[in-house]
Amino acid sequence: MTETTVDNGVNVEALLGARAALQESPEAAKFTWRATNTWLKGTHSRSKVEGFFGLGEEQETGRSFESEGDHPPQFAAENQGPTPVESVLTALGGCLTAGVAAVAQQRGIQLNSVTATIEGDHDIRGILGADADVRNGFTGVRVNYSIDADASPEDIEALVAQSQKRSAVFDILTNPTAVEVSVS
Amino acid sequence: MTKRVPPRTTVVVVGAGHSGLAVSQRLGAEGIDHVMLERGEVAHSWRTQRWDSLRLLTPGWMNRLPGLPEPVLGPADDDEFLTAAQVASLVTGYADTISAPVHENVGVERVSPTDDGYLVETSTGPWSAENVVLATGSVRGVTPALAADLPPGLPSVHAIDYRRPSQLPPGGVLVVGAAASGVQIAAELQASGRQVTLAVGEHVRAPRRYRGRDIFAWIDAAGVLDERWDEVEDVVRARRLSSFQLVGGTETLDLNTLQEAGVRVVGKLAGLREGTALFSGSLTNMAALADLKLNRLLNTIDETVGGTGERPEPTRVPAPVLSASLTSGEIRSVVWATGIKPDHSFLDADVFDHKGAIRHDGGVTGPAGLYVTGLPVLRRRRSTYIDGARADSADLVSHLTRRLADPTRRTAG
Repeated sequence: MTETTVDNGVNVEALLGARAALQESPEAAKFTWRATNTWLKGTHSRSKVEGFFGLGEEQETGRSFESEGDHPPQFAAENQGPTPVESVLTALGGCLTAGVAAVAQQRGIQLNSVTATIEGDHDIRGILGADADVRNGFTGVRVNYSIDADASPEDIEALVAQSQKRSAVFDILTNPTAVEVSVS
Repeated sequence: MTKRVPPRTTVVVVGAGHSGLAVSQRLGAEGIDHVMLERGEVAHSWRTQRWDSLRLLTPGWMNRLPGLPEPVLGPADDDEFLTAAQVASLVTGYADTISAPVHENVGVERVSPTDDGYLVETSTGPWSAENVVLATGSVRGVTPALAADLPPGLPSVHAIDYRRPSQLPPGGVLVVGAAASGVQIAAELQASGRQVTLAVGEHVRAPRRYRGRDIFAWIDAAGVLDERWDEVEDVVRARRLSSFQLVGGTETLDLNTLQEAGVRVVGKLAGLREGTALFSGSLTNMAALADLKLNRLLNTIDETVGGTGERPEPTRVPAPVLSASLTSGEIRSVVWATGIKPDHSFLDADVFDHKGAIRHDGGVTGPAGLYVTGLPVLRRRRSTYIDGARADSADLVSHLTRRLADPTRRTAG
């Protein structure tokens, strides 16, 4: 049961309220996230996220975030930002850690510190076309959490397990998703 | 054409399995006039929708039914696990013992509200009833939407229609789902000489024996089975939780024992693309969740009854296999062990949620006099098992009796 003294900064009541409301109105639960990406030079590009669609309407919330992507010098590039595959790792870490905080709040567990190391193994012969049998993407991803919390090791393991179970990016990486790319 | 006036009764019970019969016994004890309508014979689904080698997950002492002398099959530690045929005999004998007013081979085609209760239209003519109790059980095999993408010509069968290994062609089998049905069918098919690939999503692991007794003896002693539906933290989740990975008997059947028998364990079936089955990369976490849940259950037992027992070895997670060809000959058939659900499609009333499941509060639905029983965690965790029918029938018939005693209720017009 949630103890009132625990504060991980997650408004669990609001999330549970949203869950209850959306069980009854599944249409409002259909979101579309979106980003734009503009080529700058070489392998360097800039991505931007602003509005999104959700709760039945366009959400223009005054958000505007930019991030850059490039490749390191080892790829004969100019190192202007993380590589897109690194951005996938940061997305996974961001998603899982948010989940850890939310689940901990709901379970009445005070978090003191949470750190994750996310590693993706990648055989780059795939993307270079050097071996047709090697896939382009990661051959495996490992995440290691170091968590200081007022809870037993087993409860902390359960937090991390439950976070994976509810994580969008974990699902996106572990399950196939249909992707359609068009040109206009 | 003369229009026949439907015969009137106080309660129509749809379905003569253990749940419906338990309700009938209670109604009889209260002197409430009722009829039972059964699509086939008593215990129809136990005769027609179970595989040959199936034994109940629950030991014999958990086959208690109201009005039957106890214990039916010996004390708690006398663990006998009935076969489907024995359950059919037990339930049939029960119907005789309580002289249940069963009308067999009557298919219920439509149940609809009227001014004075319900009209129950059947294959042999209509009934009019002030109350209706739906006790049709979970009779419909559920397959995921992606089943439609199986390569044409690849044989597939749902667990509800599976009987024995010889029903499937020789060669590899993909078994989808690792609840009780999936693990039992996987073990049987592997033993028949077929290489089984078992696709595993979220599952509930349990040891068959713990501290020298059957696991259900402990779960019962710890009070877990009596947790009420309105006290469970998330009843929606509790109701859709898959069955324990168990087989009737004394042997533990889990992902470790299956792998020892040669079964290839893979992640949840996540997609079918161009003749290839794609498995989720979430298997490690699915195993971790099941192990954590198993340890919480055993901790609960230890805390309640005192002492501690040995913890099972954590699930061994094999090196990831993320795909398998369904066209290369490696896999010759597919078994869907992906769950069973009720079929209330004959019910013409505004009682369904957006997923098509009947809305109810502990078996009491919105429209007055319409009840449902025999569903998982209906009124308590025990409702999931035959043993739940005793208390569930008592509660529902008590509700129904109070309704009949209420002078302001809607009465026959």
